[in-house]
Amino acid sequence: MSSSHDMRTATQQFDTESPAPLVSLRGITKRFPNVIANDSVDLDLFPGEVHALLGENGAGKSTLMKILYGFYSADSGTIAVDGEEAHIGSPLDARKLRIGMVFQTFTLIPAMTVAENITLYLPDLPAVLDNRRIAEQIDEFGKQYHLDVDPRLPVRDIAIGDQQKVEVLKLLVGRARVLIFDEATRVLAPHEIEGLFRIFERLKEDGYAIVFITHKLREVLACADRITVMKRGRIAGTLIRSEATEEGLVALMFGDAMPREIRQTAGERKTDGAPLLELRNVTTRAEGEGTRLDDISLEIRPGEIVGVAGVSGNGQRELGDIILGLIACARGRRLLQGVDATSWIAGRIRASGVGFVPEDPLGMGVVPWMTVAQNAALGSVETYARHGGLSLDWNHVQRDIGTSFEELSFEALNPWVQVRTLSGGQLQRAVLARELGRRPKLLVASYPTRELDVRSAMAARRVLATLRDSGGGVLLVSEDLDELFSLSDRLIVLHQGRIVGTFLPHEIDRHKIGHLMTGSGGTNE
Amino acid sequence: MTWALIRGVLSGTIMYGVPLLYATLGEVIGQRAGMVNLGLEGILLIGASIGFAVSIETGNPWIGVAAAAIAGALFNLVYAFLVVNRRANQLASGLAVMFLGMGVSAMIGRAYVGGGSKGLVRYQIPGISAFPWATKTMFSYDLLVYFAVPVAVLVWWILFRTRWGLSLRAVGESPSAAFAAGRRISLLKYQSALMCGLLGGIAGAHLSVALARTWSEGMSGGRGFIAVALVIFSKWHPLRAIVGAMLFGGAVTLQLQLQAQGSSISPFLLNMIPYVLTLGVLLVWGGARRFAAPGALGRVYSGEE
Amino acid sequence: MSKLLKGVARIARKGWAVAAARYAMILAIALVAYAIVLLLAGKDPIKACVDTFSFTLGTRYGFSEVIVRMVPLLLTAVAVAIPSRLGLINVGGEGQLYMGAWLATWGAITFTGLPQAIFVPLLIVLGFLGGGVWAAIAGFFRARGLVNETITTLLMNYIAPLIVGLSVYGAWRSREPGSSAFPQSVAFPDAARLPRFFDTRVHLGIILALVVLFVFWFVMERTKWGLKMRAIGGNPEAARRLGIRLGLYIVIVMFIAGGIAGLAGMAEVSALHGRLRAGFSPGYGFIGFLISWLSGGSPAGILTMSFVLAVVFSGGSLLQITQGVPFAAINVLMALILFVVLIKPRLPRRKS
Repeated sequence: MSSSHDMRTATQQFDTESPAPLVSLRGITKRFPNVIANDSVDLDLFPGEVHALLGENGAGKSTLMKILYGFYSADSGTIAVDGEEAHIGSPLDARKLRIGMVFQTFTLIPAMTVAENITLYLPDLPAVLDNRRIAEQIDEFGKQYHLDVDPRLPVRDIAIGDQQKVEVLKLLVGRARVLIFDEATRVLAPHEIEGLFRIFERLKEDGYAIVFITHKLREVLACADRITVMKRGRIAGTLIRSEATEEGLVALMFGDAMPREIRQTAGERKTDGAPLLELRNVTTRAEGEGTRLDDISLEIRPGEIVGVAGVSGNGQRELGDIILGLIACARGRRLLQGVDATSWIAGRIRASGVGFVPEDPLGMGVVPWMTVAQNAALGSVETYARHGGLSLDWNHVQRDIGTSFEELSFEALNPWVQVRTLSGGQLQRAVLARELGRRPKLLVASYPTRELDVRSAMAARRVLATLRDSGGGVLLVSEDLDELFSLSDRLIVLHQGRIVGTFLPHEIDRHKIGHLMTGSGGTNE
Repeated sequence: MTWALIRGVLSGTIMYGVPLLYATLGEVIGQRAGMVNLGLEGILLIGASIGFAVSIETGNPWIGVAAAAIAGALFNLVYAFLVVNRRANQLASGLAVMFLGMGVSAMIGRAYVGGGSKGLVRYQIPGISAFPWATKTMFSYDLLVYFAVPVAVLVWWILFRTRWGLSLRAVGESPSAAFAAGRRISLLKYQSALMCGLLGGIAGAHLSVALARTWSEGMSGGRGFIAVALVIFSKWHPLRAIVGAMLFGGAVTLQLQLQAQGSSISPFLLNMIPYVLTLGVLLVWGGARRFAAPGALGRVYSGEE
Repeated sequence: MSKLLKGVARIARKGWAVAAARYAMILAIALVAYAIVLLLAGKDPIKACVDTFSFTLGTRYGFSEVIVRMVPLLLTAVAVAIPSRLGLINVGGEGQLYMGAWLATWGAITFTGLPQAIFVPLLIVLGFLGGGVWAAIAGFFRARGLVNETITTLLMNYIAPLIVGLSVYGAWRSREPGSSAFPQSVAFPDAARLPRFFDTRVHLGIILALVVLFVFWFVMERTKWGLKMRAIGGNPEAARRLGIRLGLYIVIVMFIAGGIAGLAGMAEVSALHGRLRAGFSPGYGFIGFLISWLSGGSPAGILTMSFVLAVVFSGGSLLQITQGVPFAAINVLMALILFVVLIKPRLPRRKS
């Protein structure tokens, strides 16, 4: 692999030996109603290198690149491409300037084929489509950069890792020179991540400029040539790879305010009693595009966190839903605290002490236009109903909210504001307070820290650990292997709706888990 | 099964099916762009009333058809404006167009109720007259009937073989993906609404100018809603719509013919057949088809748009 | 003077004042548009307006007619408003109304010997059941994820009048002299007529309607069921996960809504006509739909709008008699009102 770059220092802006920047951003500022996303940001992108944009969630990296891609327009600042000032008002403009972006959530159309998705993306399409020529181009690029996918398959039928390849092909067939990847590794298993970095290497050799947005230090150190750290909308520093160390980058990302993660208490933990949850040979029917669970047998005992690893879309949501009673067991049995709950409906299961933290709180866990108090009341309506349901005791609701927030050491929130005005972290805390205030015995937590800033993420993890320590059980679904390894007492791996492995965290390493997650045998690609 | 019965069913199928096909094709284009237009019924009525009125006034039925097409297209712009610019609820916006169509068509048609016209010229399929059992008027249909299937094929080709069609389908599947691909979503939706209105206007005109050759208030009798159901039945595919429209027309006609040929079933019950049948179609196929629908339509049916 | 302005400004900031201004503006726009339509149809809009107001608000009889007209409007509007809180669109008020009338008629002409004290509750129950079951069918299909209730209820609107026609032209047909011109059912026994008040046509229906309106408000705003229903409307996925039984609520709510519309039908045939006639409803179901949309489903708004439209409607029948405007023009007016609501006109607001 190539390692023949000149040693460049970031302080030299115009080194006569190095090429001029392909793209230059100067003074980019962007404000949203509650926050300054980008504050006077300068950035240069050079051809033939991987430039990592590092920072925690909410630092403004994604916004900056979306401005470059024309998805947003900056309030002030300039963009220059190839030395000439450019006006990028829409993604179409960006693509004409040969800038392309692979988003966190793919902009693919599941019902259409790979070829149609790529075709849609190409600028300068003729009015009548020439499908054959496009297929040829897909083939060429696919072979050259190891991005082989069958163009005739509908996108919903191919694995997520392959879907990402389609996204890259879109950009390449569309003749982009600058390729921006936003949190590209979120959905990939460890060996797939390595595969992606190898693709980066090949692209680099041919002069493409690659921007790699991430919050993961380790990945940055593995693939980047140049690293720019962002913090709270500003550039904290730019380094080349040889200058970068883990501590140095952490310091840039967090300054002196790096919060310390509370360590796991390995002490007193009540783990006796009947299993809180038992799934015995549970199989479900698939609904539309959902995944069918196949012969799942799982136990969650009191005082344990069971972590679920897997590529998104392999049955995690269904596993959570079947515990909550939102899906029926076509075969098999579901027992809650030793009682057969196979035929119970969701309300009854919830009333028996099962709570949930959904993967998309705003979309799945609350009623956006209702207040914090109303959403809290909905969490256990029967508790607050008076006179047979004819009225609700809002004072009680308010008191319970306060108590719950205190117990969890959360900053108090005004209970009478609409939930949709809250920030991501505040919303997650409100949901956690609501669910834990009910003293659940079992909690299904799906991606509870996704897109949260570090402080909120740590608070959420602490809450889960505390629940576990007091004898509760947690099913933790997460795509963050670090989180899974550090929090779980036991790990299971889901692949295509089956449990393909059960381990204690110290028994397995990230690579082996990665291969199980993607169903590959464990050999390097 | 008598010869008269077969003839009756065949011509009845065509009579019922062809305007239904045009209307369904229009709705397919609209729904492929992510827009459910319940106002199709209103568009049909506008097409029927204006088509008839203009064909009487100008003495030329084809000008009537053209006027109906244009009127239908313009009318549907009202729907497009509400849904695209004001982001109004699609189902309610469709109802607004439906009321408007019912009211305006009644007002326009008032002067022409009961009047007759000679309708569109009918041409016999060449070569039929050679058969000994063929009468002079058998298998003799107007041009709109002959064009129906070719138009359906044209719609298919536009949707699946052109850039515009691909963009349109993308808008209906995932507006965000279409936007990320640089498509102008509003423009595409307006264009699709225009085409939907155009085809709906033609369907209505065919009803009044060619088939019934008269105007009466509310003469489309729910065909607009039936077309919406047929779109689901044909999985949003123009070629399958042909089958759907003809099957539906055939089923309705067969029942009617059988009853008319000698039973004393109340006309009220007979009139219920199309609606019950439509409900039946929706019930049997609606659930399964849910997942074949253009992606963005789901939000309409669950009330988010 | 400045004190007065300050007072006005303070009122202008209050929510209800904004809402009232919004209604007023919507109606003003719609009425102006209607005036234009009238002008185009060759009628004198000012005379029409004056005629309407002097009749409805100026005379005792006129006002009582307004109250009479309000009954079906209030009821059908609530029949749309309740499901709308759950995010359901019930366009089937018309059909539910007919089925309520149908079932009530069956009761009235079958159990002819009952005294009024028994008949009236029986009619109420039958009217409710008729419309309720009709709507519950659509609710059931929606709950099972088969068909959207908008389409089902719309289609069933076409079927219900046919069922009524079937009975009126068939088994229930009146053989009285002179009825062959306007087919109608046999007359209801006197005991099966809803009691009237004050020597006018104002009948028990208005009490029913006001009670229904109050219960609607109370249940929605104060009770636990109302909270759950509004949660379903706000985010059905979250409601499901919180253990709320969506399917059950959908069917029950549609049943209740249809029942309320059925009451409107029952009231019309029992109190006003005394027999069932084919096509007796001039589109009450659709107008109720409009009222509910116009007022955003709020009980106070529904009360106001029903009153206003009842005034216009009384004017409408008057218009037909005195000026020969086709009733289809009312369809246009309804479309215009709906159009204006959907456009969501923005009122000039102070920065708060």
